[in-house]
Amino acid sequence: MDQFHLFPPQASTSAQEVDHLYFTLILISLFFITVVFLPILYFCIKYRRGSAADRSNPLNGSNLIEVGWTTLPTLMGLALFGWGAVDYFRIERKPANALQVQVVGKQWMWKVQHAEGKQEINELHIPVDRTIALTLTSQDVIHSFFVPAFRVKQDVVPGKYTSEWFKPTRPGEYHIFCSQYCGTQHAKMIGRVVVMQPEAYARWLQTGEQTESIVRSGERLFYDRGCSGCHSPNSKFHAPLLQGLYRKPVPLADGTMVTADDQYLRDSILQPAKQISAGYDNIMPSFSGHLTEEEIMQLIAYVKSIGREESPDQGKP
Amino acid sequence: MNARVATEIDIRTEGEFARESYLSEHTVRSWLLTTDHKRIGILYLFTILIFFAIASVAAAMMRIELLHPTGGLMTSETYNKLFTIHGTLMVWFFLIPSIPAVLGNFVLPMMIGARDVAFPKLNLTSWYLFVFGGAFATWSLIRGGVDTGWTFYTPYSTTYANSHVISMAAGVFIAGFSTIITGMNFIVTTHKMRAPGLTWFRLPLFVWSLYATSLIMVLATPVLAMTLGLISLERIWGVGIFDPNLGGDPILFQHMFWFYSHPAVYIMILPGMGVVSELIPCFSRKPIFGYPWVGCASMAIAILGFLVWGHHMFVSSQSVYAGMIFSVLSFLVAVPSGVKVFNWTATLHKGSIHFTTPMLYALGFIGLFVIGGLTGLFLAALSVDVHVHDTYFIIAHFHYIMVGGMVTGFMGGLHYWWPKITGRLYPEIWGKLAALTTFLGFNLTFFPLFILGYLGQPRRYHVYPPEFQIFHVLSTAGASILGVGYVMPLIYFIWSAKHGRAAGPNPWRATGLEWQTSSPPPKHNFKETPVVTGKPYDYSAEKDVDLDLANL
Ligand code: HEC
Ligand code: HEM
Ligand SMILES: [Cu+2]
Ligand SMILES: [Cu+2]
Repeated sequence: MDQFHLFPPQASTSAQEVDHLYFTLILISLFFITVVFLPILYFCIKYRRGSAADRSNPLNGSNLIEVGWTTLPTLMGLALFGWGAVDYFRIERKPANALQVQVVGKQWMWKVQHAEGKQEINELHIPVDRTIALTLTSQDVIHSFFVPAFRVKQDVVPGKYTSEWFKPTRPGEYHIFCSQYCGTQHAKMIGRVVVMQPEAYARWLQTGEQTESIVRSGERLFYDRGCSGCHSPNSKFHAPLLQGLYRKPVPLADGTMVTADDQYLRDSILQPAKQISAGYDNIMPSFSGHLTEEEIMQLIAYVKSIGREESPDQGKP
Repeated sequence: MNARVATEIDIRTEGEFARESYLSEHTVRSWLLTTDHKRIGILYLFTILIFFAIASVAAAMMRIELLHPTGGLMTSETYNKLFTIHGTLMVWFFLIPSIPAVLGNFVLPMMIGARDVAFPKLNLTSWYLFVFGGAFATWSLIRGGVDTGWTFYTPYSTTYANSHVISMAAGVFIAGFSTIITGMNFIVTTHKMRAPGLTWFRLPLFVWSLYATSLIMVLATPVLAMTLGLISLERIWGVGIFDPNLGGDPILFQHMFWFYSHPAVYIMILPGMGVVSELIPCFSRKPIFGYPWVGCASMAIAILGFLVWGHHMFVSSQSVYAGMIFSVLSFLVAVPSGVKVFNWTATLHKGSIHFTTPMLYALGFIGLFVIGGLTGLFLAALSVDVHVHDTYFIIAHFHYIMVGGMVTGFMGGLHYWWPKITGRLYPEIWGKLAALTTFLGFNLTFFPLFILGYLGQPRRYHVYPPEFQIFHVLSTAGASILGVGYVMPLIYFIWSAKHGRAAGPNPWRATGLEWQTSSPPPKHNFKETPVVTGKPYDYSAEKDVDLDLANL
């Protein structure tokens, strides 16, 4: 990690894409530097005071020239915009079939939990050539999860889920930096990504004390915290069943529709009164302050997992 | 420009120090209660220099700390306070008032042939508000400082920071009103007080740029005031606006902050462009190329500048589609800046170019501004910005614009109008040496930071991985050269104000109305109101003039 470089290592699929645009921008900059600095240099020499150059009939403006040098940079700008936007769209959209990893930022550390349940701090072990999708949130201020070798960065915002994905292409160790100023020890909120061969990764998952998977932890919480007391077919409360909920459209009491994504599930648990499902009463208590960010992520992982099983539409009015 | 053609004034015969001038009275009272725009400009000059000095000391301390990857000279807390001091003071208490409130106040009324600004008493009020705001800011420093960065991001600033956020916010809030008043004064002055014959398209381009800047000041600054007000509400009374634990939205803060701060970065560059548009024609002895295009480009920048704030938030979790709109608009706002650069370059063609100190600064401005502007394209390009956002690439980019551009423009303008302000000449040799030193020092300080940023070094880090050290060492070396470049003018300006040779009314044989009166100007600028009969920049490169102050 610590030798002299002019460019950071290219260790993910998007690293190459970003670098291509970066080098193109450098070329375009060199082009503009040439078309501006060379004439300036030339004029400064040729037309320095006292030189014998011909100064008769100077031109003081020309709309044709102005239109020309307004249009050309505009077109170039639009092309660059298009290029950057296409790549950005890819970087910002979460791909399917990714390995899910949950990340919680807090002053001043990164807490990571893998789907299999394994937890780590300020480190992220991942297999090479697999798409990795992080779900990120913060339990205090805004942080930002930045891996220069992957050319990705995403702010980690309290009260909100953001996501970030990458597909590492080279085994090795790379920096993780918090890039959004978050208080006193911001500069020490750093860590490393360890990209490993798939076998090494499988072995690494087995090390340490055995843990239960995120879904399993979520299921346990679902019973321990009393969710199942309402959200089950034989409950005495009138509450919706959560089977099959994930990614489905949900009609709300105010007549609007929302899609049940991660953010919706999170808000349903912490601020149930914000969006009431149509046909139900506002009886669900808020769990805000009673669950840690990790526990909320586990519960959501559980709700998502039961979403995959087909379920009869019981309990709906 | 005027009936009396300025270039014909013979500086050798009129090269005396005007005895009856705006500087004649010497009492403290005559300064503190003055309503003369020229004196107020000078009051501003001294005030912002104090803040520039404090902020520069903070920068120097940061650069020394950054020499070593593990820091070690100071705690994290101290470093965080230093960059907050540096950022807040440089932005609000130095750069925003620099050209508008100092040079603008001094020359704007003279450039349009007026006796003063439209509201002289408000003008003085504006300076008092500025001092009052500055006092709050200084007080928050004395009590222990602030550690939020100049950006005050929530919920850190409202809920988590243990430093003196409120007094700093109050300082900036009050200084903001001083900016609004100055802007309003300039707008009314430009509309109402132009000399007979001075139509809009005969205005010097510096006036156009100040007009565009004033529009931004008046329209954007109130949003900053509201934002700081909301921060205080949340911090003092716990009203939930930005903190999600109180039901607020932290991203809302960023929208409000950048809705002000992006237009504000144009407050920090347009006036510099205006100065350069004065210097280039004067020292190449030619009318500016494409006058209406350069003037309208200022207005285009001011208007488009209000629509691009979201380019600071591409990774903030703002919607992808919003990001795209902000990106395309950011590419478009770069175009008028490019047009200006092309027109300045074309002005040199068939000119008679004098490499005086102000001209060296103007050429330096173009060089550094082009690099700052081109790297802005990198930041407007969405996918590249995801990588370089909040790294040293940003630090390098905005220093190229704010220091390489605006501060260089300020220095150029100060040298250009110094003979008018004081009636005396500064030593030309030293001036050229200082211009060269700042140019070299600046590039050495900030160019390595582009590479460092692309490597991934985040900003606001005082400990960093060892492989980044070499770039920090280069930067600190450059900063010490840059420091020398800024101290030199300080010394020779002070010296020249007393001992410099008399300048005469028009040492540059420039055509602006401000040069048609004695130096230093009389209290009410002109003995009789000038009448304008033609276009500005009525220079001719075919007529040879000697503008070398050393030969005077
Ligand atoms: C007192 C009974 C009760 C408890 C306990 C309870 N809920 Fe609910 N929950 C409801 C009711 C009633 C609704 C529908 C009204 C609404 O949207 O608030 C609901 C809605 C939801 C929804 C939105 C479902 C949809 O179809 O839109 C989710 C997700 C949810 N609860 C999860 C949980 C979790 C996780 C827990 C445990 C931490 C929990 N609930 C505990 C009663 C309860
Ligand atoms: C003169 C030499 C200067 C040096 C050596 C210098 C150096 C620095 C350094 C080291 C940082 C902090 C980087 C970080 O840790 O994030 C910084 C930030 C900054 N500088 Fe300068 N600077 C100089 C001049 C200026 C000037 C003249 C201005 C404006 C007029 C300016 C405006 C800023 C701003 C706005 C920041 C951001 C502060 C923040 O991140 O909160 N600087 N500068
Ligand atoms: Cu941080
Ligand atoms: Cu901006």
